[in-house]
Order: sequence, then C-alpha cells, then structure tokens
Amino acid sequence: MSNQPSSAPFRREREDAFLLEPSASEMDLYHFGAQELATKAEDKRVHLRELLDISPFLNEAASAIVDDSFTRCFKSNPPEPWNWNIYLFPLWCLGVLVRYLILFPIRVVLLAVGWIVFLALFIPIHSILRGHDQLRQMLERGLVEFICSVFVASWTGVVKYHGPRPSRRPKQVFVANHTSMIDFIILEQMTAFAVIMQKHPGWVGLLQTTILESLGCIWFNRTEAKDREIVAKKIKQHIEDPEKNPLLIFPEGTCVNNQYTVMFKKGAFELGCTVCPIAIKYNKIFVDAFWNSKKQSFTMHLAQLMTSWAVVCDVWYMEPQTLQPNETPIEFAERVRDMIAKRAGIKKVAWDGYLKYYRPSPKLTEKRQQKFAEWVLPRLRKEDS
Amino acid sequence: MGSTSSMLTQYDIEDVQEHCNQLFTQREIVSLYERFCQLDRNGKGFISADEFMSVPEFAVNPLSQRMLRMLDGLNFKDFVALLSVFSAKASFPHKVEFIFKIYDADGDGKVTWNDVLEVLQDLSGPFLSVEQRQEVVNQAFKESGYSIDYMLTLQDFLQLWDKTGLTMEVEVPVD
Repeated sequence: MSNQPSSAPFRREREDAFLLEPSASEMDLYHFGAQELATKAEDKRVHLRELLDISPFLNEAASAIVDDSFTRCFKSNPPEPWNWNIYLFPLWCLGVLVRYLILFPIRVVLLAVGWIVFLALFIPIHSILRGHDQLRQMLERGLVEFICSVFVASWTGVVKYHGPRPSRRPKQVFVANHTSMIDFIILEQMTAFAVIMQKHPGWVGLLQTTILESLGCIWFNRTEAKDREIVAKKIKQHIEDPEKNPLLIFPEGTCVNNQYTVMFKKGAFELGCTVCPIAIKYNKIFVDAFWNSKKQSFTMHLAQLMTSWAVVCDVWYMEPQTLQPNETPIEFAERVRDMIAKRAGIKKVAWDGYLKYYRPSPKLTEKRQQKFAEWVLPRLRKEDS
Repeated sequence: MGSTSSMLTQYDIEDVQEHCNQLFTQREIVSLYERFCQLDRNGKGFISADEFMSVPEFAVNPLSQRMLRMLDGLNFKDFVALLSVFSAKASFPHKVEFIFKIYDADGDGKVTWNDVLEVLQDLSGPFLSVEQRQEVVNQAFKESGYSIDYMLTLQDFLQLWDKTGLTMEVEVPVD
C-alpha cells in the first residue's frame, strides 16, 4: 500500500481503511500483513525469528479491540447538549417541561385521533369493497399515506423531499439507506410503497400482518434461509405487476446509525429492473433518529422521537440506475451505494450488516492464512531441492 | 448513556495508570474505558469471549482464539494492563514476553517445537499440510542452531529479536 516505513506504529488510517473504493464486496482486510510479509521476501530461508514473529497479527487483533469500524456503524450518537452554562440551563429545563408536558401529550392525542379515523375508515373499506380491488387498493393506499403523515406529524417531522416523486410502474425497485423504521414512515407518507421488511414482534408485527399486507409488503425472518427463498419468489412476482405499489428495499438489511453505510445485499440489484436510489439523511440537531434495536424497543424509540422538538431530515429521490454491460450485480450494488453515500454524506464500510447476528465467515480468516502460507511455501521448497 | 467517562474519577484513572505502569495517558484510559463499556454490553464488569468475537475485525484474526485465552473475563484494570504491551512506551522485553506467552499455551515458561507448530497451524490453516508445517518448523529450528527437542525460553526469544527490534504498537484513539 503506501510507502509507510514498517517501523511506524500500527495505525489503520482510522477513518479510511475500511471505507473502500467501489469494489468493496471482496473485503481486503489484509494490506498490512501482506506488506509486512513482502519486506521479508528477499532471503529465501525460514528464519526462526521471522516464523515466530506474530506481531502483525497481534497488532491487528489489538487494534480491533481498541476500536473497530463495524461497531462504529451501530453506535448511537446523541445530539450534543447545549445547556452547558448557567444561563442556558433554566431555558433547557423549561424546554424539557414543554416537550414532556405539552408537546408529548398533544402528540399522543394526535396519534390516537389519527388511528381512530384511520381504523374507522380502513376496516369498512377493507371488508366491504372486497370485490372492487382497484378502488379498494386506491383508498387503502390513501389511508396508509394518511396515517403515516400522522406519525410524521407526531414527531413534528420536518422533511425536505428533493427530486421527482416516485411513480408506479413495473420493473423498478427503490433502494434506500436504513436508519430506523421511521425511514419507511417518512417515505410512505409521500408514496405508498410495498416494502421488504424483517418480521417484528409485538404491535409492529400486528400492523405488518394486517394493514401493511394490503399494500403488498413482504415480510421475512432474517435468520431463516427458507424465508429468503420465498421472499425472492414473491419479489419476482411483485415487480412484474404494474398494478402493485412500487417496491422499496433497504439493502443494508439492518439499521445503521446514519453516519456509515454497510454493504448492500445484492438481491435488489439482480432482479433485472431499474433501481431508483433514495438517500435519507437525518439532522441530529434535536434527536438521534438511529433505532438501536438491540437496546431499545420500537415503542421506546417512538417515545424518544415524540418527546424531542422535531425530527429533521432530507430525502433525495435520485436518478434511476440500470445494470450496465460488464457489470456484476455486486458492482452495481456498490455503485448505487456510492451514489447514496455521497448524496447523504455518509461513510462507507465494507462490512456486511448481518454480522450483527452472525459471526463472520471463516473464509475471511482463511484469506489471511493463505497469505501467510504463500509467504512460507517458497522458503520451504528451496531446502527440498 | 452519554457520559460514561464521568464515572471514572481522577483516583480511578490514576489507579489504573499505576496498574499498567503508566504506559497509557489519562485520556487514553478514558477512551479505553468507553470502549470497554461498549463491548461489555450488559455491564457485568468484564468482556466475555462472545462479546470479543462480536467484533468482526477481531473474529477473523487467525490468532483470535489464542488471544481470547488471555483476554476472556478480564476486568477493566487487567484489560488495560494486557493492552499496555501495545503502547509505544512499552519496553522491548515486555513486548517479547507477550509474544512468548502466546506461544507458551501451557504457561510452563518453555516453548517447544510442538508449541511453535500449533501456532503455525493457526496461522496457515488448511493451506499448509501437516508435513509442510513440520518441515517449516524443523528448518527454522535448524537454521537457528537448535535441535528439535530444544525448549525455547524467554531468554532465547529476547535474543532472537535483539538485533532487529520489534514493532508492536497500536494507537488508542482519543478524541
């Protein structure tokens, strides 16, 4: 890599080493070791010292313990406190009172009224208009958009939409970076998307299976391999049908803290249809919109948003992209990720977001081992001859 | 969570600093403490093997299992003391001793031909055959003038790196 002398302390260029150039899906973790080994290559014998010198491996391990790019993607970053002096502190306290005692109750009432109106219309429409699919779908679409605007209003969402509003047509999917389930709500209030989502427990799961099902949303369980096959089949059917709502996929497969973006799953990019990127960037001025699902239930997450002053965010609908000749789906996914990362001003890391749930594949370790074996082997043959 | 660092008082930090022979600055210790709390998810006071392995960059390391043996269940003070070997200020013998301990799995103060072979196995995985590995270790021992049944001591390790020195440094990020 760079010509940094091998005696320099092991520093992985904190911000950049894992923010790879476009071909990132093949993770090149191993620059350092390779370079270290290359400097030893002149003398073709196995020196005991060189064989015993495991310091590059230890440096890597220690460096990962001290700080790592993967964990950083999922770290909540609360907004900077501004009540840092005695003059502002009373003001801040007043703000707390306003937020919790005035804003929050008003928002709860708003949300409740919204739900009552929604359900009062949705249930009859859903059951009475069974025969008239087209009319029913149109009305249901409108209602879901309505309840989503109620949600956005309940945290005083200040959302700026840039670019043309998505339209319904076959053979296209929308992909967006993912920070929280509220991404979906924010996008849904403008256009009724059908979304591919993880199956959730509790009241969210109930909404998924009842109301959102009518939009053509598809649910699956991340950890079930069988589910993924079924989903792939459902997606294929969905995109062929011009009557269905546009399909929305969060290819990261998990919520990231809106400062980084993890690897895009290639699924959405090998359907052979147009991919319309959507970039979402939250402003952290009042609240961190990242949903850390391991620490917080969705209800708590919503409560947090509803007790903040406002959720400020930008949404960019970007130029539709198609698979170019000589481009693999993985490269395509990477190109789209590039666009989104650039637009939203977030950093890319090469990790697969599913590593939150799984251990990394042994293949990555094997790559490192192979490099080492390739260093050892030439030295060994010398002696044989 | 916000201000975890405020839980460390000046006394705590000095105490930890003493425990690691002043190899880390106070700011580095605060930073390490934040990291420790982040990895120790449910705040039980130590980081479990499973939590270490949840860091993918650590988990893919061929020596991760060996390092885990030293890291597993350490409290914060011992955690810092263990990592202090990676400080730029740590002495040369300190660093060599750390490597020695990685090899000396049974902790008897001797590194045998077999110990070296086992580490080599971790490092090369399926890419060297058993015979190749044995041959490599044989040649390395021979080249340094040791017989196969010689047991390397810490002193031998120190001599090996005596002329070349050893680069074992990791920067602790401070903000």
